[in-house]
Amino acid sequence: MPAVSKGDGMRGLAVFISDIRNCKSKEAEIKRINKELANIRSKFKGDKALDGYSKKKYVCKLLFIFLLGHDIDFGHMEAVNLLSSNKYTEKQIGYLFISVLVNSNSELIRLINNAIKNDLASRNPTFMCLALHCIANVGSREMAEAFAGEIPRILVAGDTMDSVKQSAALCLLRLYKTSPDLVHMGEWTSRVVHLLNDQHMGVVTAAISLITCLSQKNPEEFKTCISLAVSRLSRIVSSASTDLQDYTYYFVPAPWLSVKLLRLLQCYPPPEDGAVKGRLVECLETILNKAQEPPKSKKVQHSNAKNAILFEAISLIIHYDSEPNLLVRACNQLGQFLQHRETNLRYLALESMCTLASSEFSHEAVKTHIETVINALKTERDVSVRQRAADLLYAMCDRSNAKQIVAEMLSYLETADYSIREEIVLKVAILAEKYAVDYSWYVDTILNLIRIAGDYVSEEVWYRVIQIVINRDDVQGYAAKTVFEALQAPACHENMVKVGGYILGEFGNLIAGDPRSSPLVQFNLLHSKFHLCSVPTRALLLSAYIKFINLFPETKSTIQEVLRSDSQIRNSDVELQQRAVEYLKLSSIASTDVLATVLEEMPPFPERESSILAKLKKKKGPGAVSVSELEDGKKEAGSEINGGGGAESAAAASNASTPSPSADLLGLRSGAAGIGSATGAGSLLVDVFSESGTAATASSGTDENFLRDLDLPTESSDSLLVDSALASDSTPSSALGSEDPAPALPESDELLHKFVCKNNGVLFENHLLQIGIKSEYRQNLGRMYLFFGNKTSMQFIGFSTTVTCPGELQSQLNIQTKPVEPLVEGGAQVQQVLNIECLSDFTEAPLLNIRFRYGGTLQNITLKLPITINKFFQPTEMASQDFFQRWKQLSQPQQEAQKIFKATHPMDSEVLKGKLLGLGTALLENVDPNPENFVCAGVIQTKALQVGCLLRLEPNAQAQMYRLTLRSSKESVSKRLCELVAEQF
Amino acid sequence: MMQFMLLFSRQGKLRLQKWYVPLSDKEKKKITRELVQTVLARKPKMCSFLEWRDLKIVYKRYASLYFCCAIEDQDNELITLEIIHRYVELLDKYFGSVCELDIIFNFEKAYFILDEFLLGGEAQETSKKNVLKAIEQADLLQESQNEDWGGLSSDDIL
Repeated sequence: MPAVSKGDGMRGLAVFISDIRNCKSKEAEIKRINKELANIRSKFKGDKALDGYSKKKYVCKLLFIFLLGHDIDFGHMEAVNLLSSNKYTEKQIGYLFISVLVNSNSELIRLINNAIKNDLASRNPTFMCLALHCIANVGSREMAEAFAGEIPRILVAGDTMDSVKQSAALCLLRLYKTSPDLVHMGEWTSRVVHLLNDQHMGVVTAAISLITCLSQKNPEEFKTCISLAVSRLSRIVSSASTDLQDYTYYFVPAPWLSVKLLRLLQCYPPPEDGAVKGRLVECLETILNKAQEPPKSKKVQHSNAKNAILFEAISLIIHYDSEPNLLVRACNQLGQFLQHRETNLRYLALESMCTLASSEFSHEAVKTHIETVINALKTERDVSVRQRAADLLYAMCDRSNAKQIVAEMLSYLETADYSIREEIVLKVAILAEKYAVDYSWYVDTILNLIRIAGDYVSEEVWYRVIQIVINRDDVQGYAAKTVFEALQAPACHENMVKVGGYILGEFGNLIAGDPRSSPLVQFNLLHSKFHLCSVPTRALLLSAYIKFINLFPETKSTIQEVLRSDSQIRNSDVELQQRAVEYLKLSSIASTDVLATVLEEMPPFPERESSILAKLKKKKGPGAVSVSELEDGKKEAGSEINGGGGAESAAAASNASTPSPSADLLGLRSGAAGIGSATGAGSLLVDVFSESGTAATASSGTDENFLRDLDLPTESSDSLLVDSALASDSTPSSALGSEDPAPALPESDELLHKFVCKNNGVLFENHLLQIGIKSEYRQNLGRMYLFFGNKTSMQFIGFSTTVTCPGELQSQLNIQTKPVEPLVEGGAQVQQVLNIECLSDFTEAPLLNIRFRYGGTLQNITLKLPITINKFFQPTEMASQDFFQRWKQLSQPQQEAQKIFKATHPMDSEVLKGKLLGLGTALLENVDPNPENFVCAGVIQTKALQVGCLLRLEPNAQAQMYRLTLRSSKESVSKRLCELVAEQF
Repeated sequence: MMQFMLLFSRQGKLRLQKWYVPLSDKEKKKITRELVQTVLARKPKMCSFLEWRDLKIVYKRYASLYFCCAIEDQDNELITLEIIHRYVELLDKYFGSVCELDIIFNFEKAYFILDEFLLGGEAQETSKKNVLKAIEQADLLQESQNEDWGGLSSDDIL
C-alpha cells in the first residue's frame, strides 16, 4: 500500500486543516477560513496564471471549507478547468469538487459535459471511470440528455474494460432514475440482461442493480433475466465457501450479489418454467438449511452476511406467497430469531414476520409466537424494537386474539415512548373496531384510550367512536352510562369531555331515569368541565346544552341562565358568543315541536371506510417530506400524482397511496363556522359534525391548489385546441399546407390500451421519432406531457402537432396546448404540455396528428392519445355491505356491462392488483366472499356529473378465463370501461 | 438503493457525506443535523436500524466514528451493515489501521475509495482487492506525474 501522505503531498492543505483543528473557538475558525477564502480569491483573480498544482490545492481547500458546512460561491470555474488537465490527480480533484458542489448551473454544466465527453472518448479506462463516476454523482437532466445515448453502448461494447462496464452500468441506473424518458435500452436490452452471465463477478454485481430497476419498470422486456438470475444464484449458493475467492466475504460466497439476485426475482411472479422454478426452490431450501448449520466463523460479519441472504430469501418466499412449506419454514426460522441475543436479528425477525402474518399460509404459524412478541413489547430496551413488536401484534391480530392483543397494547400504552403513542392509539382503535363482537367492549376500549393517552387520541379516533355509537342503537345506553362515569374523574382529558358532551347531548335521556344521573346532574357534571376547555370544546358543549333543553325541558331554565350569563353571551370569542345568543333565542322563541325537529337525534352516518384507518395509512404511507419524493423532483403542488411518476410496475402501483375521500370524515371545521347562519334549518346541529364525505367538500380542503395553474377556461369548447389555426377537425390544417392528417395508425388502439392502467411510458416509436408520455390527473382535470424525440441526426423541419377531438368528443373533453417549435434538431427532444378537462363522460379517444419534414419527405402520423375515461377515477373505499347495497342498486340491465374473455397474460394476482389500482379505482379487500375475485370502486369525475362505478373481476385459473362485470349509473360508462378493462388482462 | 451515507464523530462533527439523491444544501444540512442527533442519542446495545421518515437508517460505530446510511424500504439492512464494514476495511487497508484523523486529512482519498466501492447508491465492486487495485493504480499515475513539477511549489506553505 502506498503511504498516504506521500502521494499528492498537498502540504498547504494539510497545514490549513491543522490550523482549523487548532482553532480554539468557532469565531477563530471562521476568521481563519475567511482569511483563507480571501487568499484563494486573490490567487484566482490575480494576474499571474496559476499552475495546475496550485489550482488543485486551492480547489481542494475550498472543498474542505464547504464540507465544514460553509457556503462556497466561487472556484467552480477553476474546478472545471482542472477537468481538462492531463494530469490525473488534477482531473480527479476537479471531478470531486464538481461531484460534491455542483448545482445545476447550466452554463457550467455545458463545460463539464464537454470535459466528460472528452474523457469518455479518451479510451483511457481510468479517465473513463472518473467521467462516469461524475455523471453518476451529479446525475442531472442535462447530463442525461448528453450521455444517456452513449453509455449503453459503452456498457455492452465487447472491448470495454470490466471496471468501466461496472461504472457504466450504475451510471446508467442513476440517469434512468433521474430521467427515465431519456434512457432507452431498446436494442441493448438482451445484451444488458446477459451481463448476468458475465465472468467477472464485479460486473454482475453492478449490472444487476440496473437490471432490477429496469425490470421493475418494464417487466415484460426483461423477463429473460429470471432464468439467468436463478442459475447464477444456484451456482453461488451451491459453491464452497472459498470458490469465489475475493468475492467470498467471511466465508459467505458473494453475499451482495446473492441479495441483489433475490431482490431481482422479487420483481416477478414465480418462474413459469417448471425446471427453473424447481431450481429456485432448491436454492431457497439450501439457504434455509444453511441457517441451521453451525457458523463457520464467530465473527458478526459472517452471521450478518449469511442472514442478509436468509432475510432476502424469506422476502422472496413471502413475495411468492405460494409455497406453504417454505412459508412455514421461514416462519419457524424467524421464530428462532425472535429470541436471538442479537438485537438486530430480533428487530428484523419482528419486521419480517409482519409481512408473513398477512399470508393465509403462515398467519396461523405466526400467531403461535404471540407470547414472545408480547414479551418483546414489554421488555425490549430499544424503542425501535418495541415499535416492531407493536406492528407485529397489530398484523397478527384476528378475532381469536383481539381481546388479548388490545389489552396488551393498552397496558403498553401507559409506559410507551412518546414518539410512538399516537400510532399505537390508532392501532388499538382500529383493532377494537375491526374485531368488536360486542360494542360495549369497543366503547370501553376507546374510552380507556382517551383516559390513558388522551393527548394522542386524534380527532379521527373520537369522531369514529361517536359515529359508531350513533349508528348502533344497542350500545347507546351503555355508552351514555360509561361516559357519564368517566366524566366523574376530577381530572379528565378534554377529548373525554368532547365525547361525553356529544354522547350525553344525544343519548343522555337513556340514563336519565337513574336519579344518580338525572338530567340536572348530567348537566352540572358537563358544565363543571366547561371552564377548563378550549374554545372548540366549549362550542361543542354549548350545542350539547341546547340538545339538553330539547331532551329535558326541566333543565331549560338552568341552561338558559348559563347561556344568558355575560361570560357566554358577551364572550370575546365570536363563535361562542354567536352560539350562546342563537341557542338562547332558539330556546325561548321556538315551540316544543320546532325545537324537537331542529334538535332531533343525529341520523346514522353512512357506512364507509374507517377514518382512522385512512389516518394510519397516511401516517405509514409516503412520509410527509420524504427524501425519495424530493428525489423524483416532482415538488409541484400536492405531489399526489397518479401512478407515481414513471412507476408503472405492479409493485409501485400497489404502494401508491390511494387518496381516500373519507380522510376527514367528519370534517369538524374548527369552530364549526356556519352554524349561526343555518339558524332555523333542520340541520342546525348537524353542522357541528358536518359531513364532508361528499365530493364537493372533499375537493375544497388542501387539494384546492392542485393543478391550480392549469388555467382552464370556464367557457368551454369552440377554441378547443392547439393553436387555433391548426385545430378543428372540420377544417384540417393549412399551416403546413397540402395534406390532410393521416388516418389513425392501425395499431393506435393497441397503443391506447397500453396506457389504460398507467400514465407514463413510450406511446410510439419508429425509426425517426419516439413519443413519450407523462401524465397526471386529479378530479376532472389532467395534464399530459408529450415528449417528441428526434432519433435521427438530421433536423425535423416544419414540425407540428395537432390534437383533435373528433365528433361529439368535442363537447366532452377540453384539451388545451401551445404549438411546439417547428424545428427539432437531430437527437433533440421537444416537449408539449396538454391541459385536459373532462366535461362529461366520453368513449372516443382524442387524436394526435404529427407532421414534419425529414430529408424532404413529409411525415404524417396520427395516433390516439391515451386519454381514457378511467383517468378521471377517484378511488372510493367502502365496506362490504355498502358495496353490495350499491351493487344491488345498480341492477338494471343497461347499467351493467359484462365480458367473459380469455387471459392473454399470466394470471398473477399481484399483477392484477397492480393493474386494477392503475385503473384508478380503489381495490376493496375482504368484500367478495371468494378471495380469488377482485372488486373495485371509484367515482368518475367530470365537470358535468359524477358517475359511481363498481367493478368485479372473477379469474378462473383452470380455464384461463375471466369474467368482468362493470356497473355504473350510466350505460355508456359501464360499456366503455368494460371494453377498456377487458383489454388489460 | 442507498440514498446517502454520513460519517460523523462522537462529538457530532461531520467527517464525510455522500448523497446519492439530489437534495438542496439546506435539506442536506437539516437531514444531517436531525440524524446526527438521533443516532448519537442511542445507547450502545440498541439495534443498528431505525425507521426515519420513509427510509431505513443503518448505522454502526467504529471507534470514534459513526457510519450512518439511509436505505429505501425494500433494501436489506444486514447487507448494508456489511457495506459499512467493507468500507471500513477498505479504509483500514489503504491507510494502514485507519483513524479519524486519516479521514480528516485525506478526505479526498476517502471519497475516491467510496466511489470505487459504491456508485449511485449501489455496490459497484465488492472485492477488496479490486477496489484497492484501482486506487493504487491511480496513486501510481499520480506519482509518476508528480515528477513533472518536481517537488513542492513555493507558495505551498501559506
